[in-house]
Amino acid sequence: MKGMGIMYDAIIIGAGVVGCAVAQQMAKYGGKLLVVDRMEDVADGASKANSGIVHAGFDAHPGTEKARLNVKGSKMYGALARELGVPYGQPGALVLGFSEEDRETLKKLLAQAEANEVEGCRIIERDEILEMEPNTNPEVVCALYAPTSGLVSPYEMTCALADSAAENGAEFSLANPVLEIKPTSDGNWLVLTERDEYKARAIVNCAGIGSGVLHNMISTRKVKLIARRGEYYLLDHMADIPFTMTMFQCPTKMGKGVLVSPTTHGNILLGPTADDIDNGYDVATTRKGLDTVMDKVRLTWPKVNLRQVITTFSGIRAHEENGDFIIGKVEGAPAGAYEAVGVESPGLSAAPAIGQELGDEVAAFLGLEKKADWKKPTPLPRAFRNMTDAEREEAYKKDPEYGVLVCRCEQVTEAEIRAAIRRPVGARSIDGVKRRTRAGMGRCQGGFCSPRVMEILCEELGVSPLEITKCGGESKLLVGTLHQIAKEARPDEN
Amino acid sequence: MKTELPAIQVDILIVGAGPAGLAAAIAAKKAGVDSLIVLEREDNAGGILRQCIHNGFGLHRFKEELTGPEYAQRDIDTANEMEIDVRTGVTVLSVTKDKVVTAISKKYGLQIFQAKAVVLAMGCRERPRGALAIPGTRCAGIYSAGTAQKFVNLEGYMPGRTCVILGSGDIGLIMARRMTLQGAKVLACVELMPFSSGLNRNIVQCLHDYNIPLYLSHTVTDIHGKERVTGVTVSQVDENRRPIPGTEIEFECDTLLLSVGLIPENELTIGAGVEMSPATSGAVVDDHLQTSIPGIFACGNVLHVHDLVDFVSNESFKAGQAAADFVQGKQANGRVIPVKDGAGVRGAVPQQIRLEKGAEHENVDVMFRPDRVYQNPYVVVKADGKAIFSQKKMIMAPGEMANITLNAKQLAACEDAEAIEISISMEKPVLA
Repeated sequence: MKGMGIMYDAIIIGAGVVGCAVAQQMAKYGGKLLVVDRMEDVADGASKANSGIVHAGFDAHPGTEKARLNVKGSKMYGALARELGVPYGQPGALVLGFSEEDRETLKKLLAQAEANEVEGCRIIERDEILEMEPNTNPEVVCALYAPTSGLVSPYEMTCALADSAAENGAEFSLANPVLEIKPTSDGNWLVLTERDEYKARAIVNCAGIGSGVLHNMISTRKVKLIARRGEYYLLDHMADIPFTMTMFQCPTKMGKGVLVSPTTHGNILLGPTADDIDNGYDVATTRKGLDTVMDKVRLTWPKVNLRQVITTFSGIRAHEENGDFIIGKVEGAPAGAYEAVGVESPGLSAAPAIGQELGDEVAAFLGLEKKADWKKPTPLPRAFRNMTDAEREEAYKKDPEYGVLVCRCEQVTEAEIRAAIRRPVGARSIDGVKRRTRAGMGRCQGGFCSPRVMEILCEELGVSPLEITKCGGESKLLVGTLHQIAKEARPDEN
Repeated sequence: MKTELPAIQVDILIVGAGPAGLAAAIAAKKAGVDSLIVLEREDNAGGILRQCIHNGFGLHRFKEELTGPEYAQRDIDTANEMEIDVRTGVTVLSVTKDKVVTAISKKYGLQIFQAKAVVLAMGCRERPRGALAIPGTRCAGIYSAGTAQKFVNLEGYMPGRTCVILGSGDIGLIMARRMTLQGAKVLACVELMPFSSGLNRNIVQCLHDYNIPLYLSHTVTDIHGKERVTGVTVSQVDENRRPIPGTEIEFECDTLLLSVGLIPENELTIGAGVEMSPATSGAVVDDHLQTSIPGIFACGNVLHVHDLVDFVSNESFKAGQAAADFVQGKQANGRVIPVKDGAGVRGAVPQQIRLEKGAEHENVDVMFRPDRVYQNPYVVVKADGKAIFSQKKMIMAPGEMANITLNAKQLAACEDAEAIEISISMEKPVLA
C-alpha cells in the first residue's frame, strides 16, 4: 500500500477522452493530480472504439446537457486539435431521408439544429445529395446537410490530452482498477484501487461505463447505466474515397443509427449497431451484429464491398436511462466529489467542453490558481506517411530511424514507434503503439510489423519479448521460448 | 514542396529480393544488363523463404529437396558471384508510371531512382482475421500462420501451447506440423471449403502424419477470451458457406492460427497506375511479364500467388530477361491477344499473349487455378471459339496451380484471334 499517505489535490478516475480532457485542463492549475484507470493504456474503453465524429449538435434535444456541451465542445475542436497536433477535419455530414416520413424527421432535426444554434444546417434534395456524394443510394429523397460536422481520431486525441496533462505534472496510474471511493472523516476522499489506496481533496469520476457504480457508492440519487454495444466494420483506405462526408440515416430512439463515414486517416467506417448488453466490458463482435451493420449500410451505400474490410470491432456506450449527461458535483455526496456520468454520444464531441468546465469547477473548489509556468502542449509531429519528400529528407537527417519502415501498410517508421513509447504517457503494448502511430492498423493488421514492434518495445522498455502484451494484463503474445515449451511437452528429453 | 535530390540513373530497378526479385536480377545480369539495383526492405535477402525452414523446396528446379533458406541462399550466392547490387533495409515508397522509384533507408536516407525498366517482385501478404470478420473478442493469441512461423523459426519463441488452425493453406499446414514438433498441441485444422486449399503432400505430411483432424466445410464462428484466447467455436457450413446452427464444436485453445489466403502486395503497382486483374489481385501482364505500362514488369507472388517457389523462380527469370530485352531495345512486337478465364478457370496468367504474325513463336506457359476439384477433366484452349489445344489431367484442385504450355504451332493458330479462352471441360474437345 505504497500510496497510503500520499495526498493528492484531485484524483481523476478514468483515462478516456473525458478524464484526460479534465486532467489536461486541471493541469493548467497548480496542484497534485492523479489519473487512474483500470486498463493499461489511456483511451482503452469507449474512447478507442467509437465513430470518431465531432457532431455538429443537431441531434441532441435542446435544453439538455448533451446539446449544450456538444455544440460548445465541437466549436473548441479545431483549435484544440491544432494545438495538440491531432488529426481533425470538418467535412460536414448528411442525414439521409428515403421517404416523406423521413423528411418530417429531418425537419425536426433542423428545428433542433436552430434551437441548439448549430450553424449552416439546411435540408437539401436528391440531386444536390448525389452531386455532393455520388455513391449515395439514388433512392435518397432528401437530407439534412450539416456543414460543421467534424472528424477526429478519438484515441489520438485522448493520448495527446494525457501527454499534455502529464507534461504539466499529472501522474498516471494505469492497469489499476478502482474498487471503491469513500469520504474520509477528515473531509477528504479515499480511493481504493486494486494496487493501492490514495487520498485526495477532490475526486472526479470519469469512468465511462464504470462511472455508474462509482456514482452510486456516494450519491443519494442513484443512476442506472445501460451498456449499449455498437459493432463496426473498418474498410481499407482506397485511392478514390467513396464518401467525403459522414453519412447518417434518420435517428431512432436507440441512437443515431448506422453511419458510413470517412475517418481522419482516409479509411471508411461502417456502423454502429446498438444492442443493450449485461456486461459493460464485453466488446466481442457478433455475427448478427456485423450482418446488421452490412444490411443497414446498403441503404446508404448499395455498392459497399466486403473485400475492403480490414477489421471489425465493437465499443460500449454508457447510456444513462434518463438519456442525458450528468456533469458536475455529485448530488448528495460530501464536498469534493465531481463526475461526468452517462457520457455516451456525443461525448467525444463534448469532451473538450466537459474537460474545461469540470476542470475549472474542481480547480475553483480546490482554490487553485492558473500556473504561470504551464507548458503548452507540444503538437504531435506530422506522421511520416503524410510528409512530402523534402520533409522526409529533413526528418531522416535529424533521426536516421525515419529511414526504417516498420509498418509497410501505414508507412510507420522506427523513429515514430520509439517516439510513441517515449511519450509522457507512452505506449506499453502492441495496441498502445498502434493507437499512437497506426503501426498494425492497416490492411495486414500487424502480420508483418508486430514482431518488429515487439522488439522495439523490448529495447525501449528493457523487458523480454515474453513480457510484451497486446493490450496489457494477460494478453501476452508469446507463451515461452521454444526450449521451454518443448521441455514442458516432453520433460524426459533433453 | 519537392525534393531537390538528383535522381540516380539505373537501367533496371527490381523491387524485392525474395526468390522472385533475385531470379529476375540474375536473368537480367546474365542477359548483359550491368546497371541493375535490387532494393529489399528486410535486412536480409531471401524473402519469406528465410522463415520456411522445412524442406521440399527446389524439387523441380534443382532436382533435390532443400529447405527455404537453402533455396534462397543459392540465389543469394549466385547474385553475389555475379556482383549484383542488392541493397537491403531499403523500403520503396513509390513507383511512378515514368519509372521514378522513391525509396528510403537508414543507410542511404531518401533516394530517387530513374529506371529504364522496373521489375515488381514484392511478394504477398496473409489475409488477416479482420478481413474475415470472424465474430468474437479481439484478444491476444490470434496470428496469421506466417507471423507465428516468424516467431518460431526466426525469433525462437512459441506463440501458443494449444492451437486451432483456420484455413488449410500451405503455411497453416506447415505450421500445424511445426507447432506439434515443438511441443504444442494442434487440435484441429478447419477449412471453410469442401476441399483443402493446400498442397496434397502437405495434408499428408503435416496433418495425417500427426493425427491432426481436418474439418472440411467448417469454419470458426466465435472466438472466446478476454485478454488471451481461451477457445474457439467451430461450426459446419452449408453449401453457401453459411454456418449451420446446432453443429457447433467448442475447442479450448490459447491460439488461433489463420491460413486463409494470400494477397499479392500491390500497393506500389496500383500507385504506378498499372492495370490490375480482379481474378489474381495482381497486375495484368503479357507473356513477357510486362504490365500495362511498358517497361514495368511483375513476377512471383506479387503477380499471382504460387504454390511452389520453383515456379516463382522460373517466371521471374523470364521477367528479368524481358526487362533486359526492354532496356536493350529488343522487346517483343506484335499484337496483344487477351487470354480469358473460361468455365472452371480462375486467374489465368498471362492475361495477354503478344503474337507477331508469321514470327517464330516461343512456347508460352499459362498458369491458373481450377474453381473446384475435377477428376479426369480436359484443359481446353480456344481461339475465337475453336479448340486449338486440349490436355487431359487426372485431378485438378484449387490448391494446386495448373500449368499448360502452348507451343509454336498452337500459338500460330491464335495469330488472328480476337481472344484466347482457357476452360476446363469434362468432355474431350474436338480440335480444330
